[in-house]
Amino acid sequence: MRELTTSQITAAVQALCLEANTCLGEDVKAALSEALKYETSPDARELLRQISQNAEVARHEKLPLCQDTGTAVVFVEFGQEVHLTGGTLAEAVNEGVRQGYQAGLLRKSIAADPLKRGNTGDNTPAIVHLELVPGDQVKIGLLCKGGGAENKSAVRMFTPTTPVKEIEDFVLETIKQAGPDACPPLIVGIGIGGNFDSVTLLAKKALLRTVGQHHSAADIAEMEKSLFDQANKLGIGPMGLGGRTTVLAVNIERRPCHISSLPVAVNIECHAHRYKHTVI
Amino acid sequence: MPIAINTPLSDKVVAKLKAGDRVLLSGTIYTARDAAHARFGDRPPFDLKGAVIFYASPTPTPPGRVIGSLGPTTSSRMDAFTPPLLAKGLTGMIGKGRRSKTVVAAIKQHKAVYFVVPGGIAALLSQHVKKAEVLAYPELGAEAVHELMVENLPVIVAIDSKGNDLFEKTAG
Repeated sequence: MRELTTSQITAAVQALCLEANTCLGEDVKAALSEALKYETSPDARELLRQISQNAEVARHEKLPLCQDTGTAVVFVEFGQEVHLTGGTLAEAVNEGVRQGYQAGLLRKSIAADPLKRGNTGDNTPAIVHLELVPGDQVKIGLLCKGGGAENKSAVRMFTPTTPVKEIEDFVLETIKQAGPDACPPLIVGIGIGGNFDSVTLLAKKALLRTVGQHHSAADIAEMEKSLFDQANKLGIGPMGLGGRTTVLAVNIERRPCHISSLPVAVNIECHAHRYKHTVI
Repeated sequence: MPIAINTPLSDKVVAKLKAGDRVLLSGTIYTARDAAHARFGDRPPFDLKGAVIFYASPTPTPPGRVIGSLGPTTSSRMDAFTPPLLAKGLTGMIGKGRRSKTVVAAIKQHKAVYFVVPGGIAALLSQHVKKAEVLAYPELGAEAVHELMVENLPVIVAIDSKGNDLFEKTAG
């Protein structure tokens, strides 16, 4: 058994909050540079350059990349040989979010009640996804998910004999509906399989993959490339003002499902993709 | 070349703006998003005539700076509140994304203008804010109404006073 204290978890989460919100990932930067090679619309090219420029200002001035510093979605892969002392994991993670959003001067964007609204004042509670894994390490991933793009996400329960074309059309329709509202160029996470609840988590996990990497299975990688090409022919473009660059990546994850079902979820992410992880 | 204009917006200036125009906006503007709009009723805490609302709420202000990061939120969430405000004199709005057909018609009827700014570049945009203070509803936290003094804020005319809509082509 390896002993870890909750304060170690809290410190790690706090550091991730600041890093994720001020430092755009190298993978997203590379995807923006790649997009510039193909983008021909002058306005779209200008905006792609502004996104890179914004990343430089944010990193240099330690300012948030986007004013919507998001819901803190925390993915914990907890080694079974770790014994956590000093409190609960959920408390430790939330304390990290509380401290990170306070110290980092990040916006507190969590309504205390979905119907009565109000604000919790410290950006908690985080949404925590816990997975027990072999080993004596703890991997913590933090996705700061903006509300505008999240609002444009969709889930549909298809039937088992649905042609793949129909699933692709659903994905493209979701991207079209998201359009200018979701801050394109988008990163699109797609879950296929599982059930009603697991398919949406699968779609979110698809967003965590390094931008530019394809699925290891050839058929899924092909589907990703096909959807990427089709999405970039929709003409939405950066900011929705036209252009070739509508998506920076399309990532798909799949898992087995019931013989009666074929669930598909599409999680829309903006270009200000804020995901960082660390291992304790 | 972008067109430089100042707030409050005059009818003459608004009449000349065309969908697609690049504009550098200077002067006083007001932030307001969902919670503030829900409270406005027909009495927003500022004079609507010639006024410009920015659908935005900034991050907290770091020491030594005027404001934190600032950028647009999705405008369509304010669609239901917009026509009555336009009827009472609201002249300009800044946000991101499409507006409803009803809002486009109201913009045309009341000779107003809707600008867009890119989302997700809020560190960069905040450099155009020269003064900022909470004007109303401080209890709303991030969603309070801020009075901002902006200088050469780069915006694009998305819907002009004739009802031309830049997003019509990519309608979802």
